Amino acid sequence: MPSFSSHPKQRSDQMESGSTTSRSSGDGSQRAATEALVRVRGLHFRRGEQRIFDGVDLDIPRGLVTAIMGPSGTGKTTLLKLISGQLQADAGEIEVDGQSIGSLSRSELYALRTRMGMLFQSGALLTDLDVFENVAFPLREHAKLPESVLRKLVLIKLEAVGLRGAARLMPSELSGGMARRVALARAVALDPTMIMYDEPFTGQDPISMGTLTSLIRQLNDASGLTSIVVSHDVSETAEIADHLYIIANGQIMASGSPREVAASDSAWVRQFMDGEPDGPVHYHYPAAPLEQDLLHSAVH
Amino acid sequence: MARIRLTEILVGAFMVLGFVALFFLAMRVSNLSLATAEDGYSLTAKFDNIGSLRVRAPVTMAGVRVGRVAAIGFDQETYQAVVTLRIAEQYDQIPTDTFANIFTAGLLGEQYIGLDPGASPDMLSNGDRIEFTQSALVLEQMIGQFLLSKAEEGGK
Amino acid sequence: MLDSIASLGRAGLAAVASLGRAHLLLIGILGGLPSMLIRPRLLVAQVYNLGVLSLLIILVSGLFVGMVLGLQGHYVLSQFGAAESLGVMVAASLVRELGPVVTALLFAGRAGSALTAEIGLMKATEQLSGLEMMAVDPVKRVLTPRFFAGLISMPLLAALFSAVGVMGGWFVGVGLLGVDDGAFWGQMQSKIDFNEDVLNGVIKSLIFGVVVTWIALFEGYDTSPTSTGVSRATTRTVVHAALAVLGLDFVLTALMFGG
Repeated sequence: MPSFSSHPKQRSDQMESGSTTSRSSGDGSQRAATEALVRVRGLHFRRGEQRIFDGVDLDIPRGLVTAIMGPSGTGKTTLLKLISGQLQADAGEIEVDGQSIGSLSRSELYALRTRMGMLFQSGALLTDLDVFENVAFPLREHAKLPESVLRKLVLIKLEAVGLRGAARLMPSELSGGMARRVALARAVALDPTMIMYDEPFTGQDPISMGTLTSLIRQLNDASGLTSIVVSHDVSETAEIADHLYIIANGQIMASGSPREVAASDSAWVRQFMDGEPDGPVHYHYPAAPLEQDLLHSAVH
Repeated sequence: MARIRLTEILVGAFMVLGFVALFFLAMRVSNLSLATAEDGYSLTAKFDNIGSLRVRAPVTMAGVRVGRVAAIGFDQETYQAVVTLRIAEQYDQIPTDTFANIFTAGLLGEQYIGLDPGASPDMLSNGDRIEFTQSALVLEQMIGQFLLSKAEEGGK
Repeated sequence: MLDSIASLGRAGLAAVASLGRAHLLLIGILGGLPSMLIRPRLLVAQVYNLGVLSLLIILVSGLFVGMVLGLQGHYVLSQFGAAESLGVMVAASLVRELGPVVTALLFAGRAGSALTAEIGLMKATEQLSGLEMMAVDPVKRVLTPRFFAGLISMPLLAALFSAVGVMGGWFVGVGLLGVDDGAFWGQMQSKIDFNEDVLNGVIKSLIFGVVVTWIALFEGYDTSPTSTGVSRATTRTVVHAALAVLGLDFVLTALMFGG
């Protein structure tokens, strides 16, 4: 880790100028054959004074794994919340399967959500139910199934993530990776057409990381799902994604297949993909020069 | 499943316990068990002064509670207080020449109406008026009279 | 100077805004009543959490409050030679005031804070978002049963508090200090009116139950999903609920017994 004094010359204004350097091209990789399940056009969203999205266009092709990458705090999770209708866009259009999210009524939105799965960062398992009941939860809520059918379905879903043996454990007894796999089984319980993964690899050991990557790929290919993976883990994500979007500063910085993006010559994309500590994105948070701060005792 | 069942049993027990407590408050602590007086009959009585008699004050005969004060009004013509008494149904043998007094329970206690039965063969029934009444003893008046008589004694 | 006026205005606007959100939440909670009635088991589980688990503290506190009332009341009343009125004094204070109020305060501390922390943590761990993504309304599913459980539990707890308190007062007054048993109960029965005292006490505790549970749920649901946010919300629940209960108690007492 670089020491604080090793970059004494950073200035706040450099941050601004560096950020808008490149809007990388990569649209050539859009496969014309695959239609888009999710279409985002001219998306604007702000939280307080902070602009999260400033005119974002993107397409999530049906049946593929699309990864949305970018540094922490660029609003990747916010994008998922906008797509699933948990947040409302300030301007712009979001269409899921031909339905415009902004214009749906509450019940229409809920009906659409039964066809969407979402894997939360923390798993978001209901802590007062055991593993079996967690996976059974969406089925109990939305499908009137006899108990015996329900039991078989849940066990099949748990088997798919390798946790049938853990059916009677409580969420507090699971490791982080196991909790995420249970959450995955729950997310696909209603056989959705689309599944969204919010940072699925964060804080996972290499083994569960490997398990999750292969699970995401398998689920996508076996059941014809459309997957959106939000992540900042470059190598794992590049490994499973068919298509990549890189977001930063409220805009799409690059898009294309993992190979195309990796070959990009944009300095910004290079820094992100290669994990350089300093580059267009600065190591230092914008601040007054160090000498000035040290000489004046009062810091405002 | 066993856990859910235990929860249900405990919740059921809690509800029963709560309602038993309410029942206890109703029957043992409050006057609901005496509220049968509601469906008794009414008598009225006029007093020159009722002191601090309140609605719901007890009505007793020989110290036994037979009813309660249902309403207190004021007669503009005679300048008297009109007290409506609600007497429990089973006490229907109150003679017409009964005497109604306003007593005080203890020195500073609440005031109540005591009925002194007369000897008439006719009995009071719903809506009748008790003719003979004795007003409340007002402490200030008593003290005033006492001081006055003392002063007179001293003057002699 | 202008700054302080501006910050006052900002705080006022924020308070009004959160009051508005609280009312919207209450409407949402009440809207979940039909779907809750289909699944009474959710309600039963919450009555267990809020009512049964609060039972011990309520019973023990009620007993001691009643015993203290017996002791103090006897001391004061015996100076006027009116120790026989001890039953009236104990029962009236408990049924009208102390039962509903102290129960509501204890309920806010025991159950209200737990509710806020639970809902806040569910929000922080994305469980509420998770429900929403499973097309399940978290307000109806999570908040509604808790609200009605609070509404059911509070009056029962208050009644238990008062009943146990009367027994405590009886134990001290009749058992230890030698007040006549018949006078204790007889005076109590003749002076305590069911409609005026007991029923009003029940109405009070019902209103307190609504207010405390509502505050607890709102604070949990409205919290910022961090550990600081949850801890602040929990504190706010206890403080706001206590203030609301005491303030409302004054208003209700004035309305019920004042006129």
